[in-house]
Amino acid sequence: MLLIHCPHCGTRPELEFAYGGEAHVARPLDPAAVSDDDWATYLYLRKNTKGVHAERWRHARGCGRFFNALRDTTTDRILVTYKAGERAPNGGTP
Amino acid sequence: MPRQRFSGLSLLWNSLGQHRGWREQWRRAEPKAEYDAVIIGGGGHGLGTAYYLAAEHGLTRIAVLEKGWVGGGNTGRNTTIIRSNYLFDESARLYDHAVKMWADLSQVLNYNVMYSPRGVMMLAHTVHDVQSAKRHIHANRCNGVDNEWLTPEEAQAYCPPLNIDPGLRYPVLGAALQRRGGTARHDAVAWGYARAADALGVDIVENCEVTGISRDASGAVEALETSRGLIRTRKVGVVAAGNTSVVLGMAGVRVPLESFPLQALVSEPVKPIFPCVVMSNGIHAYISQSDKGELVIGAGTDIYTSYTQRGALHVNMHTLEAICELFPNFRRLRMLRNWGGIVDVTPDRSPIIGKTPVPGLYVNCGWGTGGFKATPGSAHVFAWTLAHDEPHPINAAFTLERFRDGHLIDEAAAAAVAH
Repeated sequence: MLLIHCPHCGTRPELEFAYGGEAHVARPLDPAAVSDDDWATYLYLRKNTKGVHAERWRHARGCGRFFNALRDTTTDRILVTYKAGERAPNGGTP
Repeated sequence: MPRQRFSGLSLLWNSLGQHRGWREQWRRAEPKAEYDAVIIGGGGHGLGTAYYLAAEHGLTRIAVLEKGWVGGGNTGRNTTIIRSNYLFDESARLYDHAVKMWADLSQVLNYNVMYSPRGVMMLAHTVHDVQSAKRHIHANRCNGVDNEWLTPEEAQAYCPPLNIDPGLRYPVLGAALQRRGGTARHDAVAWGYARAADALGVDIVENCEVTGISRDASGAVEALETSRGLIRTRKVGVVAAGNTSVVLGMAGVRVPLESFPLQALVSEPVKPIFPCVVMSNGIHAYISQSDKGELVIGAGTDIYTSYTQRGALHVNMHTLEAICELFPNFRRLRMLRNWGGIVDVTPDRSPIIGKTPVPGLYVNCGWGTGGFKATPGSAHVFAWTLAHDEPHPINAAFTLERFRDGHLIDEAAAAAVAH
């Protein structure tokens, strides 16, 4: 089980968290204007990184807030967590 | 040296020599400089693809590249359940193609894959489960796939260890039974295909990791860079399961996959007690008994993407709680070992089998949590796709483009458990 540092509450066990997938995926501002390819990319294509991955977590059984983490998917080690809306720290792959 | 055939007579003959007369089942091939087709990934699907390319499409210069050892990925890590009770027409055709091939696979390969159609029973615990199961049963029957509804009493008669006490937190309200479903010996599937492909001249190269895909001026595949040197080829089939995103990324192709750990575990071996396969989507558990006597138990995926081939213990605990509730007899069993594999999950939980935007590059991926059951059918239609440069009618709907075009095959039944 992972120990995850919520930037608002501190370090808690994984059981308190929900996973939110790849971070920094922005919804196109005008969906009607984007091509089918770009819309499919937004909906379905994720980096699925083997290595350092920027991803969303939600402290679902705690403060309820979303935040982001950089995690190495080859070791599952979480390198750093940061608040939603902040840019990924250096070394991230947003 | 000709392949040794297995038969009752050859077994008897070799037993007289105390079984010292058996030779290795396939050659330890060195990679050659050039092939007509190369398959990346030496699991059941990849080895099967090479076998059908050689056996049915006349290709002779074929290699299977495996970065580890044959059958060491998800083929050797799954819970070996076979069924075809999928909802949609496209899925029913694809998975039932495989189930029909399982029936005589041991004879075709001259290798006992221990296919055992002992029946797969999927439990319903809520009114919604019941409605969903009955909808699947009717859809299956329309597609010629056997599936039938059992009352709780009938379910218990089919599987005596099942607890149908109405006082359970999630009582058994009934079950859908596919009698042709069952299990097979996972390692034997990989070994059987490897042996049969090798006999047709296919080179099976282990410890050979692909590190790059070279393309010519037109963009088509021309060679693979590997940890054992450059291999020229114009046709590449990627069957790399959880690592598909990484391999296709070498050619600049993105696929809608996410790789998750999926765990399984086995108990200590016990005498035959469990006659079939039981699955519960609702409370996340599936179970069968191997021929060695171990209860083989599977869970849902872990919640986050990963390439570690391991997961968290609480996921297994969640599954074991469900098993203990449904089968109180097993509460005192000790678990022997657990492990994880990395499964490549698509947004609609259906596989992608077909061409990619890169000429000469084909992909068979996205089997998620349920690829083993499809091994022969998947390999068969993928070999066709490579040989003809167009999909077989059975896999024509399972394109990469369906995500752009909105023709998803949104197969909830693909997930043995919710995920």
